Amino acid sequence: MLSQDTTSRNLWIAMCAFVLLAFFLPNWLSFLTTVALAKGLVVLGLVLLMRTGLVSFGQGLYYCLGGYVVGILGTYLGVTDVAILLVITIVSSIVISFLLGLLLCRYREIFFAMLTMAFSMILYGILVKSEIFGSTDGFNIEPASLMGWHPAIESLGTWIYLFTVMLTFLFLQGMHRYFRSPLGFAGKAIRENEIRVEYLGVSPKKVILLKYVIAAVLAAVGGALTAMVAGHVDPEMAFWTTSGEFVFIALLGGITHVAAPIIGAIIFEIIRTFAFDLAPYSWQMILGGALLLIIFFLPNGLWSLLPTRKSGGSL
Amino acid sequence: MDTLLVILIDGLIYSSWLFIVAVGLTLIYGVMKILNLAHGSLYAIGAYTAASLVGWYFGTGHFPWSGFVLFIGAAILAGMLTGFIIERALLQFMYGRDEVVMILVTYGVLLILEDVTKLIWGVDAYFAYQPYSMLGRIKLSGISFAGYDLSLILVAILVGFALWYALNQTRRGKLLRAVIHDREVSLAMGINVSKVFVVTFVIGSALGALAGGLTAPALSVAPGIGIEVIILAFAVVVIGGLGSVGGAAVGALLVGIFRALAVHTYPQLELFVIYGVMAMVLSIRPQGLFVTATARKI
Repeated sequence: MLSQDTTSRNLWIAMCAFVLLAFFLPNWLSFLTTVALAKGLVVLGLVLLMRTGLVSFGQGLYYCLGGYVVGILGTYLGVTDVAILLVITIVSSIVISFLLGLLLCRYREIFFAMLTMAFSMILYGILVKSEIFGSTDGFNIEPASLMGWHPAIESLGTWIYLFTVMLTFLFLQGMHRYFRSPLGFAGKAIRENEIRVEYLGVSPKKVILLKYVIAAVLAAVGGALTAMVAGHVDPEMAFWTTSGEFVFIALLGGITHVAAPIIGAIIFEIIRTFAFDLAPYSWQMILGGALLLIIFFLPNGLWSLLPTRKSGGSL
Repeated sequence: MDTLLVILIDGLIYSSWLFIVAVGLTLIYGVMKILNLAHGSLYAIGAYTAASLVGWYFGTGHFPWSGFVLFIGAAILAGMLTGFIIERALLQFMYGRDEVVMILVTYGVLLILEDVTKLIWGVDAYFAYQPYSMLGRIKLSGISFAGYDLSLILVAILVGFALWYALNQTRRGKLLRAVIHDREVSLAMGINVSKVFVVTFVIGSALGALAGGLTAPALSVAPGIGIEVIILAFAVVVIGGLGSVGGAAVGALLVGIFRALAVHTYPQLELFVIYGVMAMVLSIRPQGLFVTATARKI
């Protein structure tokens, strides 16, 4: 702990690099990066839960919620201002995750995994059958705007990219501070031995509830950003395979560092884009094989491949 | 009155199908503590095997009834073979890991098998309607049901009875229950636990593939069917209590009847009902309806 914390500085540098990249990236690549960053946010929330020893197979619930909030407000109610959309997304995800979290914080291990999955499948079940929202096809979303300013369609992608970069790195800074705070460390303590945490006078349930809500907010924001950049939402966002994808990215990146989910998500999107082009019928097989290899040989994710520095301050 | 009968019969048919799909999953979990996500892929493999064989066999014009034995038998065999390969090549190295890690491992297997089925059978849909139409339609108090669907109820009862008998009335069943109860003590008492594991996984896989084979004639077999099914099987198994065969039966009945009720009264709720029942049961009794809480080992 005594060593200089360089992570925060490095994150600022990385953010500047990403902002500068906006001038050089071709459209398809900035689209890909936006989606990767948005998914990285979702995975960041999932990693927060995994550090507590809980694996949620239902982050798709909030991912989809965020997407549909943006979609419904934009297309059916005519609200396209990103600031308003973001606030409503966050508030609605807090309300829902708090209510569900009251129930979920009593569960551990596979029961937690399955109950979160059940909740996201409930949302999927509702959306698939609701015809006003296009059933399984979903619907297209009105382009986003900011305080009455509607960017031209050609440059919209770039603006959303910049917006996503800003948000992602703000959340990363926040989460980095959180990980190093007493509450952040409480997660690890709960994973190691929950009963002892109770002896210390901390309520594991409250800690888990808070983490669950934070994870939900991150997932909802990720979903909202994905919806804005893709211009389309469908119930598939709440299907359990989407949540499985997030778990995959979390394992790929690892849970030891705050930036690992983002890097994991970027690598995942790159692999997926190229694998999908080269081998459309075997890219899932590649993913599955990679997953097994990671579980076998790199239980801490790709991050563990980096050389560790002598100090222990990188947590 | 008629609607009630339709709901009941439809519910029973769907429950029977659910039971056959889910029972292998619960058996594997009960013995090995593995929540096998790849169960859906085994279902898909069974369905594809059956569908392609039905298409070929009924094309040759041989005696049609022996086709039934052929396609069901082949589905079971394909399931057993795949299950054996999964267990020997992968899972046997993973025992003793966390249950959540095992879910992730089987998730990897699922992803791989999804593409293996696509590589073997392509992405076009298969139709194997012949066995379905051969059993004709049966009238029950004026309402006609497909004979094939009704026969599923018989198959489910048969499978359930066979499992019950094997588990409770045979020596091997007793050994298996000993392993379920306490793996380490059984090992100390000289039970070959790893053999029990292989056999259980193969049987569980065969049941999954059997479910797929039986379903193939009733729908078009296309990529993705396994992914849809696994989550249903999950719901059923979780409601009854993980690892309990009787629980799977009750879970299947509950989900089946509720779904039929929804389909015939308010179809928008069809999917919601299934997961709604699951979430409700889980939030009241997380261990499921039919599992007694076990004492924590220190």
